[in-house]
Amino acid sequence: MTQKPTGAVSAHNAKVMNRFDLTKRLVATLKHDEAVIGGIGNANFDLWATGQRPQNFYMLGSMGLTIPIAFGVAIAQPERHVVALEGDGSLLMQLGCLATVAMRAPKNLTMVVWDNGVYQITGSQPTPTAATADLVAVARGSGLANSNWAADEDDFDRLFAAALKSGGPNLIAARIDSKPAVGATDRDPVQIRERFMRGIGGKK
Amino acid sequence: MTDSKTRAAAAPQVSGHEKTSEKSWHEVVLERLKANDVKLIVYVPDRVFTPLIKAIHADPFFITFAATREEEAIGIVTGAWMGGMRGAVLMQTSGFATIPNALASLVVPSQIPALIFVSERGTLGEFNLGQAMVCKTMRPVLNALGVETHTITRQDELAFIIDRSIKQAVATLAPVTFILSPLLTGGKVFEQ
Ligand SMILES: Cc1ncc(C[n+]2csc(CCOP(=O)(O)OP(=O)(O)O)c2C)c(N)n1
Repeated sequence: MTQKPTGAVSAHNAKVMNRFDLTKRLVATLKHDEAVIGGIGNANFDLWATGQRPQNFYMLGSMGLTIPIAFGVAIAQPERHVVALEGDGSLLMQLGCLATVAMRAPKNLTMVVWDNGVYQITGSQPTPTAATADLVAVARGSGLANSNWAADEDDFDRLFAAALKSGGPNLIAARIDSKPAVGATDRDPVQIRERFMRGIGGKK
Repeated sequence: MTDSKTRAAAAPQVSGHEKTSEKSWHEVVLERLKANDVKLIVYVPDRVFTPLIKAIHADPFFITFAATREEEAIGIVTGAWMGGMRGAVLMQTSGFATIPNALASLVVPSQIPALIFVSERGTLGEFNLGQAMVCKTMRPVLNALGVETHTITRQDELAFIIDRSIKQAVATLAPVTFILSPLLTGGKVFEQ
């Protein structure tokens, strides 16, 4: 790692954690029917494995669109907090969305980045975050001042609880190990969309 | 949602070949979006669409802003639809060429009534070869995906096509593309 630290915790001194464990912790914190959008592959597989809350949306394709979708939900429902779970490779594909979110500054959006430094689901080829890119620095540079690396599990819990309480948008990045996802989502896009819409009252 | 449905249903229906010639094309588009409760407009700019974008920004009914990429705009209106708000995306022909993956892997399989407005470049006096080539890819992609597509060339059909097609998109949970031809908008001309 060659990047400069961007805050108290930086990419190179953050603890390497487990995506499923952090996803469980995150879901356990939700008390107000918050919407959660799980990104392509492992991000939504691990979300699925935590139990299928009706307010979860599992994005099966459209790599990179997790944050835009979550942002759209946040615009439509300003009273509901919306959480996006996105992989580092996927976020790198659609970095511009960070600038858009920062410009619009939705108070009810939290973005979580699972940074394992690889495109794990396609064969673990390294992403630039393994060498040079720092996604928290990118987010801050995009105008997202509340962007932080989680130092460890307790810090992740603290950052996430604070994000739900305080005004957003917030971005939390966590370094993630190489363990595969725990579950696998049922691949039925219409059912996923229907359930989610009824779960958040987008459809009565 | 119930509220907005009632409002949209109460909006007066438009008949075909209506005399709307005193209004400009962008006034008609804005009116139909409003009448159908399409609140969220996300765009990547296009010169020809400039008066429409300006008018939408000036109207407090709308939530509108630019996205950095057309795919991003598609993702945003998809999320908004799921949350109960109707949305449309505005783009140039070249921008359309960046969204087939988002259509094929998100909008079409999830049955999202995304409303896609394309300012047509690449034909009827195009001066940029790149635009002309990209234009040739647009309709074959839309056909391959089975996406309802209307090329609008006439002012007197504009309100009818947009109004009815928005209603159809919402009722049948299917996206629709409106290609606004230079015959309607005047297009972009090469200035020597
Ligand atoms: C547009 C597009 N390009 C490539 C792919 C293939 N693909 C699917 S998931 C993925 C990697 C995702 O990486 P990341 O977001 O870091 O998640 P991880 O697999 O590491 O959990 C790739 C390259 C795709 N589905 N769509």
